[in-house]
Amino acid sequence: MEFIPLSYETLRMVWWLLLGILLIGFALMDGYDLGVGALLPFVARTDPERRILINLVGPTWEGNQVWLVLGGGAIFAAWPPLYAVSFSGFYLAMLVILVALILRPVGFKFRGKIADPRWRSAWDGALFVGGAVPALIFGVAVGNVLRGVPFNLDDTLRPSYAGTFFGLLTPFALLCGLVSLSMVVAHGAAVIAARTEGVTAVRARAYGKWAAILTASFFALGGLWVAFGLDGYSVTSVQDAAGPSNPLAKTVTTATGAWLAGYAARPWTIIAPLLGFAGCAIAWIGLTARAWKTSLMGTSAAIVGVISTAGLSLFPFLLPSSLNPNASLTVWDASSSHLTLWTMLIATCVFLPMILAYTAWVYRVMSGPVTADSIGRNPNAY
Amino acid sequence: MIDYTVVDLSRLQFAATAMYHFLFVPLTLGLSFMMAIMESVYVMTGRDIWRRMTLFWGVCFGINFAMGVATGIVMEFQFGTNWAYYSHYVGDVFGAPLAIEGLMAFFLEATFIGLFFFGWDRLSKVGHLVVTWLVALGANFSALWILIANGWMQNPVGSTFNPQTMRMEIVDFMAVIFNPVAQAKFVHTVSAGYVTGAMFIISVSAYFMLRGRHLELAKRSMAVAASFGLAASLSVVVLGDESGYVTTEHQKMKLAAMEAMWDTEPAPAGFTLFALPDQQTRQNTYAMHIPYALGLISTRSISKEVPGILPLVEHAKTRVQNGTKAYAALQAVRANPNDAEAQKTFEANWHDLGYSLLLKRYRDDVQNATPEEIEKAAFDTVPHVPPLFWSFRIMVALGFYFILFFAVAFWLATKHKLGDSRLLLKIALFSLPLPWVAIEAGWLVAEYGRQPWIIEGVLPTFYAASGLTLTDLAISLGVFLTIYTVLFIIEMILMVKVIRKGPADELLVQDGLGGGAYVPAGATARPER
Repeated sequence: MEFIPLSYETLRMVWWLLLGILLIGFALMDGYDLGVGALLPFVARTDPERRILINLVGPTWEGNQVWLVLGGGAIFAAWPPLYAVSFSGFYLAMLVILVALILRPVGFKFRGKIADPRWRSAWDGALFVGGAVPALIFGVAVGNVLRGVPFNLDDTLRPSYAGTFFGLLTPFALLCGLVSLSMVVAHGAAVIAARTEGVTAVRARAYGKWAAILTASFFALGGLWVAFGLDGYSVTSVQDAAGPSNPLAKTVTTATGAWLAGYAARPWTIIAPLLGFAGCAIAWIGLTARAWKTSLMGTSAAIVGVISTAGLSLFPFLLPSSLNPNASLTVWDASSSHLTLWTMLIATCVFLPMILAYTAWVYRVMSGPVTADSIGRNPNAY
Repeated sequence: MIDYTVVDLSRLQFAATAMYHFLFVPLTLGLSFMMAIMESVYVMTGRDIWRRMTLFWGVCFGINFAMGVATGIVMEFQFGTNWAYYSHYVGDVFGAPLAIEGLMAFFLEATFIGLFFFGWDRLSKVGHLVVTWLVALGANFSALWILIANGWMQNPVGSTFNPQTMRMEIVDFMAVIFNPVAQAKFVHTVSAGYVTGAMFIISVSAYFMLRGRHLELAKRSMAVAASFGLAASLSVVVLGDESGYVTTEHQKMKLAAMEAMWDTEPAPAGFTLFALPDQQTRQNTYAMHIPYALGLISTRSISKEVPGILPLVEHAKTRVQNGTKAYAALQAVRANPNDAEAQKTFEANWHDLGYSLLLKRYRDDVQNATPEEIEKAAFDTVPHVPPLFWSFRIMVALGFYFILFFAVAFWLATKHKLGDSRLLLKIALFSLPLPWVAIEAGWLVAEYGRQPWIIEGVLPTFYAASGLTLTDLAISLGVFLTIYTVLFIIEMILMVKVIRKGPADELLVQDGLGGGAYVPAGATARPER
C-alpha cells in the first residue's frame, strides 16, 4: 500500500463535497439547456424563434451534458454502493430519464436537416420532453431520497428493492420535482433573456419571473413539509469515519423533523437555504430590471442554495433506507477504498481546472447575442 | 433468489446497447482523425477544397457523434441500473477509469465539438484547426479509458478482495492502467475505428466518382483514406495478433473456444480453418487445419502447447474446489474478523473465490457443494463455442481483406489512377458494410467469449445482475429496442440525404431562418481572419 497524505475520513468528506460540486455543476451548466428545452414551445412559437433558442444552446449543450456523465462516473468510482442501489432501485425512472436524454442529442442534430414543418414540430416536442422530464424527475428522485428509499442489503451487501415506479410519485416527491423544474426553467429563462433579442427575450423574462416566484414558494413549502410532516433519519451508533465501507454496521432511527437537526448543530449551514431564497429574489429583480448579469447570478445562486440545502439536510446520509434504516448509505460507510478516493482526487485536481478553463474559453468564443442573422451566417447551424 | 430470465434479458439489453453504440463510435474515431488531417492540409496550403472536405465529412461525423452520445449515456448508466451487484462488487476498481474517461476525454471532445461546427467564423484558421485536433484527441482518449476499464474485465490485475466490504478493491492503479490486455485492445480497437472511417470515406467517394460528381473532393478524400486505411488495417491485424497473444496468457478458455479446440494439441498446434463445432458431443466435424499456425500465433514458439477446452475444464474443477475453501473461510472471517486460521485459508485461496460463485447457480451454501455440482460448475466455464469460432474467422478474414483492399487503393492513389478502375470503385462501394461486420464480430469474440464471467475468474455474469422484475426488463427492453430501431432508420435516411446532397458547392445553407435553400459556394464564404 502506497503512502496517502490525506486520511480516509478527510477524503470521504472531500468526495462528498465534490459530489455536491458535480451535481451543482450539472444543474448550472446543463440545467439551463434543460430549462430552455422546457420553455421551447412557450417562449418560441414560430420556427425562426425556435431556431434561435436551439442555436442558443446548440454550440455548448454537448459539453454541458458531460457534467451528468461525469456525475454518474464519479458516483460509480467514489460511491459504488450509492450507484448500485439508486440506479437499480429507480429503474423505470432512470429509463424515463434516459429516453428523454436520448431524444435531446438526436433532436438537436436531426431537426434542422429536413425543412418539413411536421418533422420540425415533432422534434420540438422531443426537445421539450428532453428538457422538462429530466428536470422534473431529478427533483422527484431527490424527494424520494429525503423520504427514504425502500431498499435493503443482504449479508453479501447485495441490494434489493421493494418499491414501484408509481410509488416514487408521492406528493412530497412531486413537490421536490416542481422545485427542480421551476428552478431550471428560471435559469433557462435568464439565459434566453440575456442572449437573445426581441420577442423571445420579452417572453422569457415573463416566464422567468414566474418561475423564480414558484421556485421560492415550492422551496419554502418543501422546507415546512420537512420540518413538520416528514420523518428524517439520524445515526444512533458511533460510526468510525475511517472504517471499512460496510453499511450494515450501524443503527439508525427516524423522527419527524430530524433532517433539520444539522442546522441546529451547525448554525452556519442555514446560509444554504437563505441563498436559495435570496437567489430567487435577485433573479426576479434582475429580470424585472432587464439586468441580465444580475438575473443569471440570481438563478445560479438559487441552484447552489437549493442543492446545498438538500445535501446538508441529508448529511451524513447519502441514501436512507425506509425498509431497513440500519442499511442506509452514509458518507462514512458507502465510499470507495482509501486508495481509490485518493487516486480519483488527483485525477480531479489535474483535469477539473483544465475543464473549467477550456469551457470558459469556448463560452467566450461563442459569446454575443444569438439572432436570426447570426444563425443565417452559419451553414452548420441547427 | 436470482431470476435467470431477468439475467438473460439484462444481458440481451446490454449487448444490444453495446453493439448499437458500436455502430457509431468507431466511425467517429476514424472520421475525426481524417477530418483533422484534411483541415491541416487546408491550413498549410490555403486551398479551399480541403476546408470543404473537412466540412462535408464533419456533417457525417456530427450525425454519428450525436448517436454515440445518446447511446453512450445508456451504456454508462446500465452498469448501475441492470448490474447493481457488479457495481458494488467492482465499482472501486472499474468506476475509476470510467470517471477519468469523463474528466480527461469526453469533456474535451464534447466541449470542442460545438466549436468545430459553430466556430468557423469566430476562430482563426489555426485556432479552428486546434479545435478539430482536440476533438480527435478527445475521442481517442475516450476509447483508451473505456478499454482500460474493459481490459480489467478480461484480466483483473492490480486488485484484491476485501472481506470486510465484500468487494474487489484497487491495490495498484498503475497495474490497471498498464494492463497488457487493455493496451493491446486499445490499439486494436481504435485501429478498427480508423479502418471504418477510411472505408466510409472511400466508399462514399467511390459513389461520387461513379456518378461523376464532386470529383475534386472525392479524389482527394480517397487518397487520404487509402493511406490512412492501409496503415490502420495493418495495425488492426498486427495488434489483433498481439491481442491473441495476451489472450493465450490470460484467457486460455476464450482462446480454446475461439479455436473450437476441445483437446490440447501437440505443439505447435494447427489452426483450424474450417469446422463444424458441436457443443453437445464436444467434437468438430469436417475440420480443415493449417499445420503449426495456431501455436506460432498464440505462443510465438514451436514448443509450447495451447491447452484445449476439456483439460481447461479439469483445471477449472480444481479452482472451483479451492474456491469453496475460500468461500467457507470468507464466511468465518466475516463472522469473526479475528479468526486468524480462517484468514490464512482465505488469503491462500481467494484467487479462486470467483470460481466458487459459479456454484451459486446450483446451491446457496456453496461450501457444501457435491462433486456433481462442482463438475457442472467447471463445465459452465466453457463459452458457447460455435458463434465464437465463426465470429473470429469472419473477423480475421475481413482483416486480411482490408489490408489487400487498402494496399491496392493506396498503390493506385500513388499512381493517380484511383478513379480509372470502375471495378475498384464498385468494390469500394459495396465494401462499405464490411468494417461494421468485422467490428461486431470482434465485439462478440471479446465479450461473448468472456462468458460465463462478467469479470474473468472473479465474478460470474449471472451473479452480478440487479434484482429487477421481469416486468421492469420487458418494459425497458421494449422501449430501448423500439427507440434504437426508429433512430437507426432516421439516421440512415439522414446519412443518405446528406450524401446525396453532397458537399460544399451544394452545402445546405439556411436562408435566414426559413431553412432549406441552396446557395452557391461563393455566397457562403466566411470571412477569413
